Amino acid sequence: MTWGATDLTVTYGETAALSAVTVECVPGEILAVVGGDGAGKSTLLKALAGIGVLHQGTLTLPARGLTGYVPSEGGIYRDLTINEHLDFVSNAYGLSDWRARAADLLARTDLADFSDRLAGKLSGGQRRKLGAAMALLPRPELLVLDEVTTGVDPVSRMGLWRLIAGAAAEGAAVVFATSYLDEAERAGTVLLLHDGRVLAAGSPAEVAAAMPGTVTESDQRGAPERSWPRGRRWRDWDPNGVRTGERVSLEDAAIVAELIATGEAS
Amino acid sequence: MILKEFRQMRRDRRTVALMVGLPLVMLIIFGYAARFDVTEIETAVLGPGADIAAAQLDDAFTIVKQDPAGTDADARTMLADSEAAVAIVTGADPKLYVDGTELFIAQSALRRGDSLPAGVQGEILFNPELSTSAVMVPSLIGLILLFIGTVITSLGVVREREQGTLEQLAVTPLRPIDVIIGKIAPYFAVALIDMIIITLTGILIFNVPFRGSLFLFAVFGFIYLFVVLGFGVLISTVSRSQGEAIQLAIMVLLPQVMLSGMIFPLKSMAAGVRWIGYLLPLTYFVQAMRGIFLKASSFGALLTPLIVLTVMAVAVFGLAVWRFRRDVAPQTAKAVAS
Repeated sequence: MTWGATDLTVTYGETAALSAVTVECVPGEILAVVGGDGAGKSTLLKALAGIGVLHQGTLTLPARGLTGYVPSEGGIYRDLTINEHLDFVSNAYGLSDWRARAADLLARTDLADFSDRLAGKLSGGQRRKLGAAMALLPRPELLVLDEVTTGVDPVSRMGLWRLIAGAAAEGAAVVFATSYLDEAERAGTVLLLHDGRVLAAGSPAEVAAAMPGTVTESDQRGAPERSWPRGRRWRDWDPNGVRTGERVSLEDAAIVAELIATGEAS
Repeated sequence: MILKEFRQMRRDRRTVALMVGLPLVMLIIFGYAARFDVTEIETAVLGPGADIAAAQLDDAFTIVKQDPAGTDADARTMLADSEAAVAIVTGADPKLYVDGTELFIAQSALRRGDSLPAGVQGEILFNPELSTSAVMVPSLIGLILLFIGTVITSLGVVREREQGTLEQLAVTPLRPIDVIIGKIAPYFAVALIDMIIITLTGILIFNVPFRGSLFLFAVFGFIYLFVVLGFGVLISTVSRSQGEAIQLAIMVLLPQVMLSGMIFPLKSMAAGVRWIGYLLPLTYFVQAMRGIFLKASSFGALLTPLIVLTVMAVAVFGLAVWRFRRDVAPQTAKAVAS
């Protein structure tokens, strides 16, 4: 059974947060939702988590209690300890045999030594990992993670990634929103959102391959509307360029897709 | 910096209303409410000389009953049931009974002794020493519960919404009603314990007498808690931040302090603001607590505040739960035909 949305449209007043978005979340696979600020990532993830968003379209979701969700705010109670968080989740989900699972999750997130520490005294990365551990405790069929790696140090990001990959290996359909394109490249499928619309969808390689033209790198900035910095050098997109087998990165493909969508490169 | 603050202030209309509008409203309302001089003393004149005595009384004594057949026992009952604040029983041994639970009314009545029948013997009932703490402690129970109910409860709910944890609860098997009960029950329990602690402190430290029914005390406390917790939840449904919740809670608290009769007698307030007092739950809770603590009031005497508080509890708590379910509690996505 796959989960997801078909032609999902969500509007806030006059503004369309999502327009006819179709997305499929396959058990055992990881889907990355990528997009800039205001692209509609959080709205899509809330809808997939089954949270009260009025929408048009169809949602196919697991039964209540079979989804794990970490909101962008973290979803952590600063005045509860790690153990108390997991205890609360086990009660909310009505889990009976959860202590071994909790111990395993704490070990995998390197939180076992801090289990009696208040969440308010954890680092940002530790809080994110706690949020993910809480979402994973009930062995969800659909795991929805909203920007869980934002603002997290590289080591903690790796830990979170191991956790996410582990959830997929256990059979959960994982969908996560991220602004980091290097992370998105690890996912099986990428959904590129812009202004609530899907710009591109497919495997990272497919999304990259679909990019029109070529991107070259140089020390000099090219046409301002078609170039962007990477480190100390410049990337320059030529819409009429012909590729001769060179690999295109997902980051280049995503930026080009946004340039085309905003019309800045025209 | 100053420009930035003004820009932010301009967009925070609630704060501007609190800073500019509220003081003005407070000044007008409290100017009419904050009066210690009582000009309307509800008085019963009983006994064979009732008609003559009533005719001689100062204008401040408002006759609520004039009965030549009335007795000493009738006078005490009327004061116990709060049907009058003062009772004059005429006859061979004329008596003046004053309700000591209404401090300012009692003092005002005693000051106007010139117009009373000659040789009248005064007696202050329920609070003979006109002790302030005996009157204030039962009222403070209501004020403290109101504070816990509105400020603490609303902050607790709003904080959870700010942290994003309410949304997270949406994916759990918990239903909205489970969340509501789960959020409110602890505050209810703490408020109940608070009520007991305040009452015992008042009795043991301030020597406030507790003469009435423990059962009625519990019933009123229980119903009143539903009203104040309802206010707290209601505030949380219309507040986007903890700051907004505190602002609204202050707006709910202040009028109750000033207009409930807790400090200033309702009877001394101008009619234009007095009616506001009759819309406030603390008004009825104060009446009930003073009646239970000091007068050992019967169920019948407290029926009016009981009915009003029950109606308020159903209305406020019902509205709060409805709004919480609609706007705050986690809900599953609703599909609309595509």
